[in-house]
Amino acid sequence: MAAVAESKGRGAALVMALYLLFLMLPIYWLLNMSLKTNTEILGAFSLWPRNPTLENYRTILTDPSWYMGYVNSLIYVVMNTVISITVALPAAYAFSRYRFLGDKHLFFWLLTNRMAPAAVFALPFFQLYSSIGLFDTHIAVALAHCLFNVPLAVWILEGFMSGVPREIDETAYIDGYSFPRFFTRIFMPLIASGIGVAAFFCFMFSWVELLLSRTLTSVNAKPIAATMTRTVSASGLDWGVLAAAGILTIIPGALVIWFVRNYIAKGFALGRV
Amino acid sequence: MEKPLNNRAWFLVLPVLALVAFSAVLPLMTVVNYSVQDTFGNNQFFWAGLEWFQDTIHSDRVRAALGRQILFSAIILAIEIPLGIFVALNMPKKGAWASFCLVTMALPLLIPWNVVGTIWQVFGRVDIGLLGYTLTKLGIDYNYVNDALDAWITVVVMDVWHWTSLVALLCYAGLQSIPDAYYQAAKIDQASRWKVFRYIELPKMQGVLLIAVLLRFMDSFMIYTEPFVVTGGGPGNATTFLSIDLVKMAVGQFDLGPAAAFSLIYFLMILLISFVFYTVMTKEGETL
Repeated sequence: MAAVAESKGRGAALVMALYLLFLMLPIYWLLNMSLKTNTEILGAFSLWPRNPTLENYRTILTDPSWYMGYVNSLIYVVMNTVISITVALPAAYAFSRYRFLGDKHLFFWLLTNRMAPAAVFALPFFQLYSSIGLFDTHIAVALAHCLFNVPLAVWILEGFMSGVPREIDETAYIDGYSFPRFFTRIFMPLIASGIGVAAFFCFMFSWVELLLSRTLTSVNAKPIAATMTRTVSASGLDWGVLAAAGILTIIPGALVIWFVRNYIAKGFALGRV
Repeated sequence: MEKPLNNRAWFLVLPVLALVAFSAVLPLMTVVNYSVQDTFGNNQFFWAGLEWFQDTIHSDRVRAALGRQILFSAIILAIEIPLGIFVALNMPKKGAWASFCLVTMALPLLIPWNVVGTIWQVFGRVDIGLLGYTLTKLGIDYNYVNDALDAWITVVVMDVWHWTSLVALLCYAGLQSIPDAYYQAAKIDQASRWKVFRYIELPKMQGVLLIAVLLRFMDSFMIYTEPFVVTGGGPGNATTFLSIDLVKMAVGQFDLGPAAAFSLIYFLMILLISFVFYTVMTKEGETL
């Protein structure tokens, strides 16, 4: 094995280096722009900022119309994650442990919602939430994102739960544990990593989604993503601030990615790898 | 071991059922409602039967968008799947370098989709973008705003940049499960690199590869935000894919009837592919 690994060493490292370079270059360019002033961006073309400035970041972090975008995004993303995980936990347990009437159909139906194009739901969501007076609230976006995050959480958690032997449940019941007590005291700690992964993916998919969150908000709950698109279309494009805002949206993902690095494939494949 | 039959498990599923029914069935019924009615405003609706569905099926506009969509998904798969396998094969097996590769590769997957669009919009600009500027300096006439082909290339490269890592990470997970003994046996048999790939690695990756193909197909089939930010569906209608066309019709022009019929047909296509997906996913779960 060692010989095989060595023989592919050099070439493989080169391939990886090139691929990573391809991935990082556009992100670097955004970072580069975010550290320049507008005159420098539009004036001289340079591979790195000549006079690095944090002015763009200061603009965002001091202007409420900018930073409230982040606050709004974080509020509905966290709400959505909590709702999704809470309702998905018992359902995933049911799917992983029991057969019941219509279980396969239900499981499939959930998947179709994960796969449903957001574009199909944009208009009906707008009308639904307007008619019940939830338009432009955080909870509306959080509920709308449940459309794809609840199925996702159920599928991922089911994948993790199926890895826990059923003898543990049976032993606990024999020992006199009630279902709620068994579930919270014994079972949830066992699948803690699964809950973490599911929460991470709910957080992420809610964070990256724009179409629904933009359709359902106007002022009070406007997410950062929508704030950015409006600025692009406004007169006098402020490229530096736009770039800084983009960099700031990458940070939450980049911060937690280290903890889930071994589960990324599993999460994207709905717990099936 | 067979799972026990217990219909009381329904109680555990009830919260999910209620929530998803509220956020999926209710809106979908509105769509169904619109798809069979016509309106002259003032909230007065008339039964229109299957008229909108016939219109949609015969509409040149929808057909053109569908054609572009299928072409786009096909190109995406043809590039991302082989490239993803290639990258996965070259990924280090363990150590700090492997962790570094994993984290760096996953980074594009976690960027909000409109920021992905913004990144490439900026990156491709001839005046201030690294890519556009370099290409222009090299004497290549590149302008994604005016030229349909350049716009297509930009959107495709952007999607490759965004999602190839997903394919690679899935394949990598498949490769990790191959025991060393297989490679040792191949070495004793003096198998060539190609044969190791063809008869050991590829069969072992089959399951994850199928998932990767389906995931990429589904997600590219629904792509909206990224091309919308970069090209806005243009130049002309060159990069107007199904979702972009649908949103234009529903939210932009407020053509509720046709948009609803379009939505349902679109949804049925997705449903069909989902079914293939489901069969694959659950079958894999049993054999693994």
